Amino acid sequence: MAAAELKTENVDVKPVGNAAAAASSVNVRVLFFARARDLTGAADTLLEVTSGSTAGDCLIELIARFPGLEEIRECMVLALNEEYTSNSAVVKENDELAIIPPISGG
Amino acid sequence: MHNDQDKNLIEILDGNVLVDIAKYTNYVSDPQAGAITTFSGTTRDTFDGKTVVELRYEAYVPMAVRQIQAICSSARATWKIHAISVAHRLVHHADALDACKFMIDELKATVPIWKKEVYSNGEVWKENPEFMERRSMEPAGKAVDAPNVACRRICCGAKSKVSDESTACEMNLE
Repeated sequence: MAAAELKTENVDVKPVGNAAAAASSVNVRVLFFARARDLTGAADTLLEVTSGSTAGDCLIELIARFPGLEEIRECMVLALNEEYTSNSAVVKENDELAIIPPISGG
Repeated sequence: MHNDQDKNLIEILDGNVLVDIAKYTNYVSDPQAGAITTFSGTTRDTFDGKTVVELRYEAYVPMAVRQIQAICSSARATWKIHAISVAHRLVHHADALDACKFMIDELKATVPIWKKEVYSNGEVWKENPEFMERRSMEPAGKAVDAPNVACRRICCGAKSKVSDESTACEMNLE
């Protein structure tokens, strides 16, 4: 197991995923679809959040950065790594979070 | 959940590609099978009295394929199905039979594909009522409301005459 370089300022060090020790933040890729993309003006973005953050925490951060998302906040759902997820799911380094507005396939 | 031996063909197609119905029919054809049911969806050119000038689709393709896989698994849990082929053209539809109807309903509730109708005086992203009802997000493909119907022998599911095939769901039943 490779020893990762990490900042240890008052961080509760616990194994996260395959890492031998926790980093203080994780990078998450966020995808915006359909109306969400219209509202943010972007197809995707990178989010850096505190290690241990949840999908819900990411959403709060995203709405702060893209206030327009408030319009679909109540009817959107989230997907984490191509699976529907709940707000309480913990995000890990390099996870892919997708903002899923109401769908219309079929 | 998904058995690698399950014979499923799942494709999300670019809007410019016409659906080759024969390809999907051939995939499910098998001497073992007692029947083939087919659903073909089409697009329409008016909605609520407004003329639709353009339909634009987009999809979260890898997740859409994954969700359709889950729906296939769920259908197999209820009905004896030999092979399934599903093509969703990123271009749009209405009714079907038994397992086909279930799959289409599940697709509308869970598969991340979106449609925007562009009118001469505006545009709107459409929203499936099935999605809004299901927002608690049961694990994908769960046959929550699927009727418990025994497999019936049907002689070649009726194909409606369509000028523009968009969604094809073919399966054969043992």
